[in-house]
Amino acid sequence: MTRTPFFRARLPDPDEDSRAAVTTSSGAGGGWGTAMRVIVPLQGVVQGRGGLVLGSLIPCALCYFLQLYLKRHRSGPARTPPPSPSSSADHLSEVTGAVLQRSSSRAHLSPRGSGGPAHVSSRAALILRGGDSPYFVGLKRVEEDPYDAVANPNGIIQLGLAENKLCLDLVCEWLVANGNKAMLGDEASISRIATYKPLDGLMELKMAVTDFMSQATERSVSFDPSQIVLTTGSTAAIETLSFCIADGGNAFLVPTPYYPGFDRDIKWQSGVEIIPVPCRSSDNFALSINALDRAFYQAKKRGVKVRGIIISNPSNPVGTVLSRETLYSLIDFVTEKNIHLICNEIFAGSTQGAEEFVSVAEIVDSEDCDRTRVHIVYGLSKDLCLTGFNVGVIYSLNENVVAAAKKLSRFSSVSTPTQRLLISMLSDARFTQNFIRVNRERLRKMYVEFLAGLKKLGIECTKGNGGFSCWADMSGLIRSYNEKGEIELWDKLLNMGKINVTPGSSCQCIEPGWFRFCFATLSENDVPVVMERIRNVSETCKSRS
Amino acid sequence: MAIEINPVPSVQLSKVADSEKHGENSPYFAGWKAYDEDPYNEMTNPSGVIQMGLAENQVSFDMLEDYLEKHPEASIWGKGAPGFKENALFQDYHGLLSFRKAMASFMEQIRGGRARFDPERVVLTAGATAANELLTFILADPGDALLVPTPYYPGFDRDLRWRTGVRIVPIHCNSSNNFQITPQALEAAYENAESMNLRVRGVLITNPSNPLGATVQRAVLEEILGFVTRKNIHLISDEIYSGSVFSSSEFVSVAEILESRDYKECERVHIVYSLSKDLGLPGFRVGTIYSYNDKVVTTARRMSSFTLISSQTQHLLASMLSNKEFTSRYIETNRARLKKRYDMIIQGLKRAGIKCLRGNAGLFCWMNLSPLLQKPDREGELDLWKTMLHELKLNISPGSSCHCSEPGWFRVCFANMSEQTLEVALARIHNYMDQRKR
Repeated sequence: MTRTPFFRARLPDPDEDSRAAVTTSSGAGGGWGTAMRVIVPLQGVVQGRGGLVLGSLIPCALCYFLQLYLKRHRSGPARTPPPSPSSSADHLSEVTGAVLQRSSSRAHLSPRGSGGPAHVSSRAALILRGGDSPYFVGLKRVEEDPYDAVANPNGIIQLGLAENKLCLDLVCEWLVANGNKAMLGDEASISRIATYKPLDGLMELKMAVTDFMSQATERSVSFDPSQIVLTTGSTAAIETLSFCIADGGNAFLVPTPYYPGFDRDIKWQSGVEIIPVPCRSSDNFALSINALDRAFYQAKKRGVKVRGIIISNPSNPVGTVLSRETLYSLIDFVTEKNIHLICNEIFAGSTQGAEEFVSVAEIVDSEDCDRTRVHIVYGLSKDLCLTGFNVGVIYSLNENVVAAAKKLSRFSSVSTPTQRLLISMLSDARFTQNFIRVNRERLRKMYVEFLAGLKKLGIECTKGNGGFSCWADMSGLIRSYNEKGEIELWDKLLNMGKINVTPGSSCQCIEPGWFRFCFATLSENDVPVVMERIRNVSETCKSRS
Repeated sequence: MAIEINPVPSVQLSKVADSEKHGENSPYFAGWKAYDEDPYNEMTNPSGVIQMGLAENQVSFDMLEDYLEKHPEASIWGKGAPGFKENALFQDYHGLLSFRKAMASFMEQIRGGRARFDPERVVLTAGATAANELLTFILADPGDALLVPTPYYPGFDRDLRWRTGVRIVPIHCNSSNNFQITPQALEAAYENAESMNLRVRGVLITNPSNPLGATVQRAVLEEILGFVTRKNIHLISDEIYSGSVFSSSEFVSVAEILESRDYKECERVHIVYSLSKDLGLPGFRVGTIYSYNDKVVTTARRMSSFTLISSQTQHLLASMLSNKEFTSRYIETNRARLKKRYDMIIQGLKRAGIKCLRGNAGLFCWMNLSPLLQKPDREGELDLWKTMLHELKLNISPGSSCHCSEPGWFRVCFANMSEQTLEVALARIHNYMDQRKR
């Protein structure tokens, strides 16, 4: 944060909230810390006379009175639990533990109006602490020192972001030729884009999007535009759905390894917990209904209500697609447990493998199953290379969910000029058909090249079919077969090798040593550079062992 | 507009989804429905419902169109699209620096240079709706309370309470002093919250006020700042209509007061702004939180990932708003046109024997119809509102939907229509008042 001269604001104590958050479960919270600092020297004094008995009794008594004093002098009104309509707060205290409540009481220890900065919420405190997982640290480092073949050849190459730059030229071409007309129309009228429009998206865009989704899934499903709610990106789509189907303190089961952003998308605003359900390399990280069942049962024992399952298909980071059979079993499972199923199909159009991609929509369409519990999340960032435009899609056949999501969309509504642009682009059949085809080709080419490069270095990847990444097993290169060893390797790759990759631990993978390499942000010339850098790092790892 | 609850729900939804806190069953929204079903059109439907319940600014569209026509480089694909790759992929929740700079500079211009804004403190959201909700999430826990002076924008009931679980405790204002906020009212609201065992986290004011259409006076702002400091709580100042003050000298932003006192105690102050009203671009979904508190800026930025503005829109507006010649001309012209509309409606109502609160800002006036009430209570007001809607075919907003403690006040918007349409509306009112006299 740049502190410009005319802001002489006093910095709030940076450690206040974070200190509060790491308090352990001792009852008196802050009282004990202070008390300990009194007891130890006091014991020494008392031990001179009266011995150990007094030496222990007096400090204990002092502690007791200190606690009483602190309680009485805590500022703010009497703290009672929040009124029952928002009983989500009760759940919050169960699940997330006394930590959150204590961080609020901590802030109140300073007397009112003492000049201390006004309080931020428990949620804010939680968010402030986060953001330092390797996934985010790596992204930041690349920002500060981005590789450029000409201008900054020693910079960090980005392999940690599942973005697609391979077909930007096609999009650019289209926009240059058609952009203005698309946005403003023939009469160049601004009221087309300026005035209030339905906050869940223009119907024309919903129709264009369902067409595109159909194309991306190779016409095996037709989607109904009236079941769509558009949001500012798929991050918002997932978050909105969380709000619709779960209360704060409830949980979703999410098979691991999963997209590092889920922790944020699901937990931050809605307060819904993620229960990771581990998948193993021994069966190619396939989804296991048994594992889901176990996790569901364990959650129940803990008193946590599971409201749904979130899967990504094609999966990120592993890149596999789910078979029809697995999808059937999943739907059976959620029906049996009376919960929801959210399918993140954001990479649906970016499959490059031999295996067929089956959208869950197809299963729900054909089978006589409960459609009201299945919801799809989609977006235009991946398949259309348009991350910056921030367009996400919620697709659900549950009328109540659609109605609720529509109302919630006012908090994450897409810019109308952007919508107009996309309506034109997506309705241009010639453009979209060509784009999807070329995109798949280029992705496949890059994937094959990258895979081969890694193989030459002795690094094997899971057999994937979709998405922008290779899921690589680098466990042979890590010193100790645990998270620490994995992070050491990640660090080496980042700081020595100057490449940013995503370590499996950021994706909650239980087996150490797996890394996600995103290849769709590279140009062809970058691949040998990347391989060279990996080779250098792996040599140092091997030479040590 | 209520959600139809499935009689045999096969799978349960959340409390948020089932709650009525979205507020879409109030008259404020019901009037819109009547308009949607029978909208006025000069040519095709001259007896239709005239929408006077929507605070939209259409008086300055021509200037925006003119700008876009003359500046094709405003779009990211213009002139061979330099920097397109970066923009298309730009998903960083920090937002384009050029756009944040442009917003900061625009906000400075609106305040006549009396306050400075740092682009690093500008957090972007998809509209002020999202900004207000986000600030509430950051400053308050579920079950906490915000104090909000009445009458207030009906959308707050939803934006501040629905997903956040936060309560609104009203600061009661009344016509005896033109609905200004008094120290007694502030204290009374605080005590009221305490008596309900609610922890107050902040005060949220709208300046200029919606629905009053008037700026908050400097002395009152200073009083409020003193109050929040004494109670160690936050102040959110929603200044979404700051560019719609008819005369620049009459608006005092809390930012100016902070600057004049060297930013003492500023970490508790946060400003919300948007381009929906001043620029008449609600469809663009552009809002911002400007906070003097580092923690709030950091948290808000991270949480803005749920409510991003597309890079294409940012680029377009960055180009427009950094063109100082355009913005100063726009601000001046927009102000003058709004003032003209305001004068027109006030005079028209006066001729019909109707008084309004003396206003100096915004896209609406606060009209006093209490002499017309059959019963001097909320029911009487709603009856009158229904008459207005179904007989006069005018959709105006009843004070009760704004939580006004005195029945009979209505908010009437005047900037979302042509002058001819406004004349028609005034004529209808005139006729109605004439009939009543007989």
